[in-house]
Amino acid sequence: MSADTLERVRKVTVEELGVKEEEVVESASFTEDLGADSLDVVELVMAFEDEFGIDIPDDEVGEIKTVGDAVTYISKKKPA
Amino acid sequence: MSDRPVPSGRVAITGVGAVTPLGTGVDKFWSRILAGESAVERITLLDPSEYSTQIAAEVKDFVAEDWLDKKEARRIDRFIAFAAAAAQMAIQDSGIQLTDELREEFGVLIGSGIGGLTFLGEQHRRQIEGGPSKVSPFLVPYMIPDMASGYVSILHRLKGPNTCVVTACATGANAIGDAYHIIKRGDAICMLAGGSEAPINELGLGGFCSARAMTTRNDEPHRASRPFDKDRDGFVIGEGSAVFVMEDYDFAKKRGAKIYGEVVGYGMAGDAYHITQPDPEADGAYRASRMALRTAGIRPEEIGYINAHGTSTYYNDKGETQAIKRAFGDQAYKIPVSSTKSMIGHTLGAAGAIEALICILAMRDGKLPPTINYETPDPECDLDYIPNVARDAQVSLSMSNSYGFGGHNVSLILKRGE
Repeated sequence: MSADTLERVRKVTVEELGVKEEEVVESASFTEDLGADSLDVVELVMAFEDEFGIDIPDDEVGEIKTVGDAVTYISKKKPA
Repeated sequence: MSDRPVPSGRVAITGVGAVTPLGTGVDKFWSRILAGESAVERITLLDPSEYSTQIAAEVKDFVAEDWLDKKEARRIDRFIAFAAAAAQMAIQDSGIQLTDELREEFGVLIGSGIGGLTFLGEQHRRQIEGGPSKVSPFLVPYMIPDMASGYVSILHRLKGPNTCVVTACATGANAIGDAYHIIKRGDAICMLAGGSEAPINELGLGGFCSARAMTTRNDEPHRASRPFDKDRDGFVIGEGSAVFVMEDYDFAKKRGAKIYGEVVGYGMAGDAYHITQPDPEADGAYRASRMALRTAGIRPEEIGYINAHGTSTYYNDKGETQAIKRAFGDQAYKIPVSSTKSMIGHTLGAAGAIEALICILAMRDGKLPPTINYETPDPECDLDYIPNVARDAQVSLSMSNSYGFGGHNVSLILKRGE
C-alpha cells in the first residue's frame, strides 16, 4: 500500500469532511467514523477522482467504505 | 404545546441578526448606517474587468467558519451561510429558551430572491468541462432558495411551519409579512423570518449588467448609489441577510422578552405590467401602501418615517415618489423618506428584511438614517429624502416599501416597542 496514496487520501478526506488528520486512519469508515452522509460520500469520491485522475464508476463506489479501502482501490486503479 | 396560548393577534419582534455590506452584526451595521457610510467598492468576489458594472456592496468581514462547522463552511453557498449567521444572532439576541415543546411551535421563513447562484455557476462549469458525473450532489440542495429556511431549521431543530417566499427584491418584506400572518392566525408561536442573498458572481453580475438596471459609475463607487438624486443611473448590487425572531405578543410579554417593535400592517399588490420595469403610474406600489395602512388600521399621517425601496434607478425612484404622494396625499411632503440602499446597495431578496430592521432601530433610537449622495434635486422626486445626514426624530410607526421584478409590491408597517 503506497504511503504517498494514503497521504493524499488523508489530505482530501480532511478537506472534504472537515475532520482532523489524526482521525483519518486506515480502519476509519467514512460514514461510521468520519461523519459522512450519503451526499458527502459522493462528493468525496469525486474529490478522489480529481486528485488521482481516475474514474470511479458508481457500481464500484460500494467497495470504498474505509480509508484503507480507498487507498487499496486507488492503488489498483491508478495509472503507473 | 400542552398549554398552547390563544393567539393575541399581535406579533412582536424580539431578536434581530444581520450580515450586511456595512458589517456582520447589528450594532456595527447600525452605527455605520447612521454615520452615512457607503459600502460600495470595486468588486473583489470575481474579476469584474469585463463587465459594464464593476462595483458592488460586498460583505467584507464575514467568516463562514465562525457560524458553521468546517465541512459545511467550506462548500455551502454564501446565501445559506449568511442566513445561518443572521438567524443565530437573532435567536441569541431574543434570549429565547428553545425547549423541545417550543421547537414544534417555532417556524422558519427566510426567503431568497435567487438562491445559490454561485454554487450553480460553479457546478455548471464542472459539468461543461467534465461531464455530468462531475456535478456535485450538493448542487440541488445548495441552489434551491428554500434551503436557507431548511438549513436554519436543522441547525436549531425548529419544527414549526417551514417555508420560503421568492418574490425577487420584495422577498425579505414578504417573508416578514407572511411570518406575521402565520403567527397572527396561530399556526406558530414563534418564527425566524427574513431574507438572504449572495448574487455577486459571474452569472448574477452578467445578468444584471445585460438587463441594464445597474449603475456604471465605476470610477466613483461611493457616489454610485444615489437614490432620488437627479443624476442617478441605476442600482448597485449588494449582498447580505437580516433575520428576525418574531413571536406572539402575549407570549413574548409573558416570558419577559425585550420587544423591539411589532409588525402591524402588511400590504401587497401586483403590477401586472412588465417583467422588469415598474408600472410608470406606480399603481401597484400605491395599492400595496394603501393596503398596509388599511390592515394596520391607521391614518396616513400617523406614519413618521418611510424606508423607501429607493433603488437609484430612474423609474423606481420616480414611480415610488408618485406612489407615496398618492397614498399619503398632502401628508407626503411632511413624512421623512430615506433610501438606505444609498449606503449598502440593493441586497435584492434580503433588502426588505434589512430595511425593516432599519425601521425598527430608527424608532428605537429616535434616529432616521439618511439618503446619502443626494446632491441634485430631481423635480420628479420632490419629497423629504433626509439628505446626506441622519436626523433625530421620535417616530412610533414606520413604513418599509419593497418592489420586485415580476411586479411584486409590498409595504410593511412597523410599530415601535412600547
